[in-house]
Amino acid sequence: MITGTTQQAQTVSTPYVAPVHAEGVMLRSLTKKYGSFVAVENINLDIPAGSYCCLLGPSGCGKTTTLRMIAGHEEATSGDVIIGDRRVNDLPPAKRNTAMVFQNYALFPHKTVWQNVEFGLKMRGVKVSDRAQRVNEMLEVVGLSKFGDRKPTMLSGGQQQRVALARALVTRPQVLLLDEPLSALDESLRVKTRSELRKLQRQFGMTFIQVTHAQDEAFSLADQIVVMDHGHIDQIGTPAEIFSAPASRFVARFVGDNNIFVGKVTHVTPDTNAALIQLEVDGLGTFLCHGQAADVGMTAACSVRADRMVLKPHTPDSHASNQISVRVAAVEFTGYVTRVSLLLEATGEEALYKVRTQDWMSQPLQEGESVVLGWSTEDCIFLPH
Amino acid sequence: MRYATASTSYDYLFHEAVFIDIASHAWKRVQLKNIFIQKIFMFKSWKSVEPYLLVTPQTLVFLLFLVFPIATIFIVSFWEFTGYSMTPGFTLDNYRNIFTSQVSLATYLNTFKFVGLVWFFTLIIGFPVAYFLAFYIDSLRWQIILFLVCTIPFWTSNIIRMISWIPFLGREGLLNKLLIGIGLTQQPIDIFLFSDFAVVLAMVHLYTLFMIVPIFNSLMRIDRNLIAAAEDAGASGFQVFKEVILPLSLPGIAIGSIFVVTLTMGEFVTVRLMSGGQAASVGYLIRNQIGSLQYPLAAANAVILLIVTLAIIFGILRTIDIRKEL
Repeated sequence: MITGTTQQAQTVSTPYVAPVHAEGVMLRSLTKKYGSFVAVENINLDIPAGSYCCLLGPSGCGKTTTLRMIAGHEEATSGDVIIGDRRVNDLPPAKRNTAMVFQNYALFPHKTVWQNVEFGLKMRGVKVSDRAQRVNEMLEVVGLSKFGDRKPTMLSGGQQQRVALARALVTRPQVLLLDEPLSALDESLRVKTRSELRKLQRQFGMTFIQVTHAQDEAFSLADQIVVMDHGHIDQIGTPAEIFSAPASRFVARFVGDNNIFVGKVTHVTPDTNAALIQLEVDGLGTFLCHGQAADVGMTAACSVRADRMVLKPHTPDSHASNQISVRVAAVEFTGYVTRVSLLLEATGEEALYKVRTQDWMSQPLQEGESVVLGWSTEDCIFLPH
Repeated sequence: MRYATASTSYDYLFHEAVFIDIASHAWKRVQLKNIFIQKIFMFKSWKSVEPYLLVTPQTLVFLLFLVFPIATIFIVSFWEFTGYSMTPGFTLDNYRNIFTSQVSLATYLNTFKFVGLVWFFTLIIGFPVAYFLAFYIDSLRWQIILFLVCTIPFWTSNIIRMISWIPFLGREGLLNKLLIGIGLTQQPIDIFLFSDFAVVLAMVHLYTLFMIVPIFNSLMRIDRNLIAAAEDAGASGFQVFKEVILPLSLPGIAIGSIFVVTLTMGEFVTVRLMSGGQAASVGYLIRNQIGSLQYPLAAANAVILLIVTLAIIFGILRTIDIRKEL
């Protein structure tokens, strides 16, 4: 086995610790109320053993409360938390075989890095000699062997984050819970640490449940994304599913770069797989999309990804659906992709168009120019709520 | 090459380098002088005087009412004293008298006993109160209300507060009546009032607040996630306290201890009143010496008391880093 070199000391190195036996997590009708405020309402969720699950949502959506209920730092008002085949509602955090990486890490400021990592073993009464071995192993895994006798405040944000990981992993939990582990890091470090987290999860094989408000983080890390809003789960799915087929207006908006049009269902044509739905949007005309279970007359929405649209430089055919007259409002160059803000001429609302910079450069449009924005029915996703 | 006086081109370079070096030094000196002159002029400008003006009143008060009297005491402590008159001079007799007199040594010991007891009781009473306020009272409003309750002992004058103990602790006092009433004792207990017990009780009653406030402060600064993290790692309630809360509240304990120790060290009103004049403390001794015009002795005692107090504070500061709290 390779020993840590200077180069490796900066990144996660070769596994030293045998993969642990992972457990899945099940939430059944889980609810948390603070007085009359409902933080988490009736959540049901199955997280398979050994998977990487991200709870994604804006602040105040109940994701952290859910995580803390799994960890045992928050008591559920009703419902069950099941880890493996045990109902753990009444067990203290340490008896649940979970470990938590806290937001802003919550490292003990008066203890050294070594003592921080040792803490869990010491509390569990592990023998001193075993402790030393496991702490050293763990510090090596996170590349901090040389920093054992420093205080956490003498480390950089990224190093502190790795101490927090080491402290949580050293007790070999079956489920690792991470509360916004990357939010305190700067952008470039965040991307790097993201891949390290994924690597650690593969290496240890335990279940990771991570809370995040950043969709790119969830997309790049998770096997399973749980999008939450106002204490509810809006959608559960793989990153690809969440990205290409958002289930609700909220998800479509939160995932970002989606154009959402709200209107009334005027016609439903049943089909073998999905019905063809006609949506009448005030001032913009009718849009066609495929979807399940729609009633004529209901208020619904459709969403089109900004990169699935096309700009056509001619006047719209008044009978064709999925077309709107727009004016170029602003062009934003972001590197590989150019983002174009469009003003809907009929309503004055904004829409977003994303295009490869290369393609945009070949036929650039000036700000203020009038064009037609269109998309194919296949790319238009029906959102019943 | 511009001229060829130097033997080799290297020599030439060397000379030029030296010249440049000297020239740059001279230039720097000129610059420094300019900066110095600028500073003097800047000092005259209002903007640079302003910050000094802010601290001037405090500095004057300190010099006039702290540094000057202490210097005077220090000087007088070396003056010669014959029992009824003092003359300026330098003698160590006053100090020698203190260190050889059984009475004054016993007084010092008694003072340390008071300090130790008061410190101990204010700590073990104050810490739980601070802990309760910090961890069990969630609303700031209630924390403020309960803090005001803690300040009740200060709502009245010292003398009235002391006198108020008499009907409670005296031979015929409430406490004795109660104890006799419930049959715990047949005879009234004398040691409640005019005793060391009474002195310590009154001082603890008064000074516990000075322990509560700094400890409360340091407890409030503890990130609640640290406690959750300790529990997450399997720490029991006692272990959370021992491993996380206690170490992180040490700066508060240190500041509280400094308050209590300094206040108790110089106490004489409480000692005089609550002991009925029977107990001694250095503060009380100094006061008596002043009363009988033994100024040099009183000054020597004051200097020793000051040094001991400063030594204790220094010891506390050496052991515990309180910078985080300031």
